Amino acid sequence: MAIIERPSSDVAVTATAPATVTPTSSQGALKRPVSARGWREWLFTVDHKKIGIMYGVVAMFFFIVGGVEALLIRLQLAAPEGRFLSADQYNQMFTMHATTMVFLFAMPMAAAFANYFLPLQIGARDVAFPRLNALSLWLLVSGGIVLNLAWFLGGAADGGWFMYAPNSGPVFSPSNGVDFWTVGLQIAGIASLIGSINLIVTVLNMRAPGMTLMKMPVFTWMILVVQFLLVFSLPVITVALVLLMFQREYGATFFDVSAGADPLLWQHLFWIFGHPEVYVLILPAFGIISEVLPTFARKPLFGYPFVVFSGAAIGFVGFGVWAHHMFAAGLGPVSVAVFSIATMAIAIPTGVKIFNWLLTMWGGKIWYSTAMKFAIGLVMLFTVGGLSGVTHSVAPSTTQQTDTYYIVAHFHYVLFGGMVFGLFSGFYYWWPKVFGRMLNERLGSWNFWLMVIGMNMTFGPMHILGLQGQPRRMYQWTEARAGEGFFNLAFWNVVSSIGSFILAVSVLVFLVNVWKTWRAGKQAPLDPWDARTLEWLTTSPPKAHNFDRIPVVHHLDEFFHRKYEEDTATHTMRPVTDGASLVEEEIRNADANIHLPSSSYWPLVLAVGISTLGLGVLYGVPVMVIGAATVLLSSFGWVLEPSVAPETDFEDPSHGDGHTKEVVPLG
Amino acid sequence: MADTMHAAAHAADHGHHSATGLSNNKLAMWLFLGSECLLFGGLISTYMLYRGRVSDGPHPSQVYDIPFTSVSSFVLLMSSLTMVLAVTSAQRNDDSKTNLWLTVTALLGATFIGGQVYEFTTFYREGMGFTTSLFTSSFYTLTGFHGVHVSVGVILLLATVGIIKRNKVTGNKAESVELVGLYWHFVDIVWIVIFTLVYLIPA
Repeated sequence: MAIIERPSSDVAVTATAPATVTPTSSQGALKRPVSARGWREWLFTVDHKKIGIMYGVVAMFFFIVGGVEALLIRLQLAAPEGRFLSADQYNQMFTMHATTMVFLFAMPMAAAFANYFLPLQIGARDVAFPRLNALSLWLLVSGGIVLNLAWFLGGAADGGWFMYAPNSGPVFSPSNGVDFWTVGLQIAGIASLIGSINLIVTVLNMRAPGMTLMKMPVFTWMILVVQFLLVFSLPVITVALVLLMFQREYGATFFDVSAGADPLLWQHLFWIFGHPEVYVLILPAFGIISEVLPTFARKPLFGYPFVVFSGAAIGFVGFGVWAHHMFAAGLGPVSVAVFSIATMAIAIPTGVKIFNWLLTMWGGKIWYSTAMKFAIGLVMLFTVGGLSGVTHSVAPSTTQQTDTYYIVAHFHYVLFGGMVFGLFSGFYYWWPKVFGRMLNERLGSWNFWLMVIGMNMTFGPMHILGLQGQPRRMYQWTEARAGEGFFNLAFWNVVSSIGSFILAVSVLVFLVNVWKTWRAGKQAPLDPWDARTLEWLTTSPPKAHNFDRIPVVHHLDEFFHRKYEEDTATHTMRPVTDGASLVEEEIRNADANIHLPSSSYWPLVLAVGISTLGLGVLYGVPVMVIGAATVLLSSFGWVLEPSVAPETDFEDPSHGDGHTKEVVPLG
Repeated sequence: MADTMHAAAHAADHGHHSATGLSNNKLAMWLFLGSECLLFGGLISTYMLYRGRVSDGPHPSQVYDIPFTSVSSFVLLMSSLTMVLAVTSAQRNDDSKTNLWLTVTALLGATFIGGQVYEFTTFYREGMGFTTSLFTSSFYTLTGFHGVHVSVGVILLLATVGIIKRNKVTGNKAESVELVGLYWHFVDIVWIVIFTLVYLIPA
């Protein structure tokens, strides 16, 4: 017996039959939700595509939350002696803005793209561990909830996103915001750790036949590098968070200077994680535009191996530069010199990438679609941020710039100009793949130009503000110290605040675009962009089993090479077929037997258990015991549950809507 | 009946052959253990930084009972031997031997934990509370984390015995035992490092 999934046309649809639930189960009380429909189908799904979409929705929600926090910050700073927020509220606002954007928007949004497209790009039917994938998602959601619960329970974390000691200790941060922060980030950290192990195994073990590592799409490569960064950096911040938690909850003195502790311990632990983290944030965006630029320049990526290896090099060197965040901490001349040079060195592989992208566009027949505009925007704006980054590697100059708006300008150029532009490029490029509908290009254009203007207006002036000495995280600035003429702080603060609202309008335009596309978007052709990689070798949106047959890969850019052949006389590529016919051919040659992992309750239950265990740290032993018991029980449920449900768990095919799944005996 | 492409894609799930030659489960376990190295690396670094910082309470050299801890360390190391015996029995498909050695491993692990509980109690009586000094906090955090890992390992071992007895193994049985073994050996190896750095090298 086996679970057979057939193209729906093969099976007669019995629409009139009532849906029944067969009361059998291999798991005791609960019947496995293999036939769940509607919202239950999403809640218990283990399908990497559904999980990817949910990651995207969650990340977008937190993007808006973090964005509103940013707007409140800019409102406060728009005028001298701002009274919009109190100093305390302001501290919470900038801490949660950064925490939300880094951990609840950027990482999950990258995870959304990775989850959805990585299996498709390597020709796999799902990730290696579908249930762990669902667990990652629900843990992330739990972490986000715990982090933000603090708003309603006495105030959010207020120590800045890197939560330096001793400021984060119970003396200087008496509210329980930091407690929720440590627990929430540990939960989100477990989510990322599980996700990264899952994706590494997927890439290393589950590539389609013929897809060697050097035939993998660059996006998949960059995601692979990112997952290695996460596997080896997350445990370090976990240690830091655990120590801080023990200090705050159980009276240890790990970061208490008065007890003889070394506050630099926190800084080291945090930045050993924190610096690889910035590459965790940017490399997925690099991967996305490395797909978008060749597609819309109608040329293969220039120097594919260089792009891949410089990505890996960034990953390696990224572990050796953390102390450049600590130049003002008094590390001593040798350490400072070593980390300065390492930091300058990391600009080299980054520069290699920039030039590869430029040369990819050079001489190409460029199609200025919205996705392409965002990709070009990344190349330009990230370069600005990258250059100001190099200025930070010069320690004497950094000692002046530390904790000024110059730093804020730098990291927003790399993170907003780099990462966010990359992600938006990905939205416009892959939207037709995920939803089968095209985002409106006219609104896309508005979205892009407003974002370019807003971004430069918001963060450009911060260079000036910072070099003039405006400290970051100061909740007010005074008219008396604003200065005069071109360098007037008042003027540039206003410009920056106006810019931030233009950014907000730009995001709003995107949301309107999404809504309109949802309501009545143009049906997307199967291959709207004349794309190059395997995810386009299937329907849009892809079927539950991704590919009707697993592709055999012969080339880098396999999909492109199936559409085009080289004309040996002229050395040009000429089309031999189009994407739609290729997809139809796959449908005609569909595999008969496709086993898909079945839905499960346990990821959700286990995530709730782990979060309860975490909250137990804050709310006492009874809560912790409930959490631990849930974790233990759901672990057993998990282990005892086969990844593909036995056929008795499925509805009888003569009942239900059984048009996609049915159970047939196999020889 | 399954066609070859699908079989190739599916093989990785069953540990036959994959691009790396490792099954998905085993590769994931190795990655997890790699990550754990960094976790213990961070905790050990913290201890090494703080082991001499005794503002109050006893100094490390005053409390450590090296002969006692040596014996419990020996017990833990021997459990790696019995774990190997369990894995080879599982590979020979000998369920009763597998269960026997898994149980012995769990007992040895539990003995080690018992020793740790005794040690912690003794230290506490000698005036070494969790918050007494930076040394005590970092000592209890490091060895406590290791103890939790051993305890989780004991639960894993006993759970494996129970699941094998009820014939409820969902995947490859020998591999499941081997995965528990990988984790168990890792926890043992970490203890060798901790025992050397914490107990044997004077602060």
